[in-house]
Amino acid sequence: MIVTERAPGRPAPPTHTPVIVVDQAEARLGGRAIWSDVSLQIGPGQFVAVLGPNGVGKSTLLKAVLGLLPVSTGQIKVLGGSPGRHNDRIGYLPQRRAFDPTTRIRGIDIVRLGLDGDRWGTPLPAILGGRRARDARERVEEVIGLVGASGYARRPIGQCSGGEQQRLLIAQALIRHPELLVLDEPLDSLDVTNQASVSSLIRDISRTRNVAVLLVAHDVNPILPYLDQVIYLAHGGAVMGPPEQVITADTLSMLYGTPIDVLRDRAGRLVVVGQPDAHAEHRR
Amino acid sequence: MTTGLTWNLIEDAHQLFSYHFMVNALRAGTIVAVVSGAIGYFMVLRRQSFVGHTLAVIGFPGAAGATWLGVSTGIGYYGFCLAGALVVASLPGGGRADVGPGGHGEESAVVGTVQGFALACGFLFVSLYKGFLSGLNNLLFGTITGVADHQVTILLIAGVTCLLVLAVIARPLLFATVDPDVARAAGVPVRLVSAAFLILLGVAAAGTSQITGSLLVFALLVAPAAAASRLTARPGLGVTLSIAIAVAVTWVGEGIAFFSPYPIGFWVTTLAFAVFLAAAGCRAGADWLARRVSLDVRTAA
Ligand SMILES: Nc1ncnc2c1ncn2[C@@H]1O[C@H](COP(=O)(O)OP(=O)(O)O)[C@@H](O)[C@H]1O
Ligand SMILES: [Mg+2]
Repeated sequence: MIVTERAPGRPAPPTHTPVIVVDQAEARLGGRAIWSDVSLQIGPGQFVAVLGPNGVGKSTLLKAVLGLLPVSTGQIKVLGGSPGRHNDRIGYLPQRRAFDPTTRIRGIDIVRLGLDGDRWGTPLPAILGGRRARDARERVEEVIGLVGASGYARRPIGQCSGGEQQRLLIAQALIRHPELLVLDEPLDSLDVTNQASVSSLIRDISRTRNVAVLLVAHDVNPILPYLDQVIYLAHGGAVMGPPEQVITADTLSMLYGTPIDVLRDRAGRLVVVGQPDAHAEHRR
Repeated sequence: MTTGLTWNLIEDAHQLFSYHFMVNALRAGTIVAVVSGAIGYFMVLRRQSFVGHTLAVIGFPGAAGATWLGVSTGIGYYGFCLAGALVVASLPGGGRADVGPGGHGEESAVVGTVQGFALACGFLFVSLYKGFLSGLNNLLFGTITGVADHQVTILLIAGVTCLLVLAVIARPLLFATVDPDVARAAGVPVRLVSAAFLILLGVAAAGTSQITGSLLVFALLVAPAAAASRLTARPGLGVTLSIAIAVAVTWVGEGIAFFSPYPIGFWVTTLAFAVFLAAAGCRAGADWLARRVSLDVRTAA
């Protein structure tokens, strides 16, 4: 079931080629369908959240978009090609724990790997590098400045806080000036202040550089004001649409086939009540 | 050794270089130290020290078997270490680095079991070859007297090949080590790079075993790299420092071993341990100072 109408008053969807098109796709893992009959479309510069309970296949969707996992039926097109074909134009931040505190490598080195880490060979010492190396260094500094990580980029990454690590990894994802950012729970393990500042950072980048963002979130509230679309995943399908149409009792109850309530607290935050976890649903 | 120390350094060096076996030991030691300093840095970063040690121990039955069959021990070391590396690479974990999420507890159990079996086989070969017992110490704890000319040639060829391959894969290897998921999305063949690294590790372990013995490879494979990574978090500088420490420790260790009755393995290991302790001390001191400074800044603000 797909909901694609847009709320009145929102800008019309961009007319140029979409960044991601998913057409009736199904993903299978370990012999069972994680989700099926999923169709989506994401345009340039759109800020889209992927929501849903644990284990429902949000990370799987991102991996399918990156071509790390083939879909069993249906089709996905990313930046006009098959998934994985244009990954050099995509910035990716996988779901992860923090780096081990004893990891002895600097944040700036990790950011730099995002630029040319896939090239064979050994980087030359800075003095022998010439112009190309100077350009690369400038780009690293620029992107570290952009995410506000200059103060700790030269510390071993294991000694940076969760929020600092996340900013450095976002810098790594941004360094090739991507047209699409694929972020798997970037706000997870951040405190409320950092959640707010990292999400507004991502929004600003999306706006100023016209970068489409596909972001998995556990809690929609920190990003709710910025969202163009949300994708709600459930076992067997997905719903996509503007947040105020999708995160409603009716749509979610229909998607999950059980009664679900969406409540709003005094601060305007959304709370989804009665949402089954993926395993309970699987038993059904 | 048979000669005495005069405490006149030029005289002593002259004396040392007048023995062909000693020249060979220094040549072999230098090659081995450079290779294991470089490979060891990545091994420590990837947290694959246990695999590295196992590959070295697997070399022991190889060398013992080679002696029993009357062929060069070098062939035994390289053959077994490389075979071991291929086996570990084909395990389900594929020798995946342990840095990222999801370590490989099951894999280390398998690797540990293989290590025990390798040691047992080595002892079997030793007892099959009667009268070999004096050589047992050399295989396990190293020797400086036993390096023949052809062995130096083999070490050189293996070492240069190893370093060339490392130079080609270094950057994607670093990427696959610290950030395997992003590296894979960026098109790095993570599995292939990890397998290639295991083979390089096998070559390094086989070479190092021939100097320090199978049980003391950590003196050159781990200690210099661990010390270097405590002194710097820059990868390029880290590799350079690790090589420098490994070479220094080997030269000094071999020099002392020449003039002392105790085996080379002991000296190289002790020196490497001392360097590691010093580096760990420096790190702890620097961290303490940094904490003090940031505390002062915060109180002042
Ligand atoms: N390699 C795998 N083999 C089989 N099942 C898997 C594998 N990886 C993940 N799964 C299952 O796929 C489902 C979706 O996983 P995931 O996409 O990580 O969920 P989410 O990100 O929404 O929490 C989960 O139920 C998980 O158990
Ligand atoms: Mg997930």
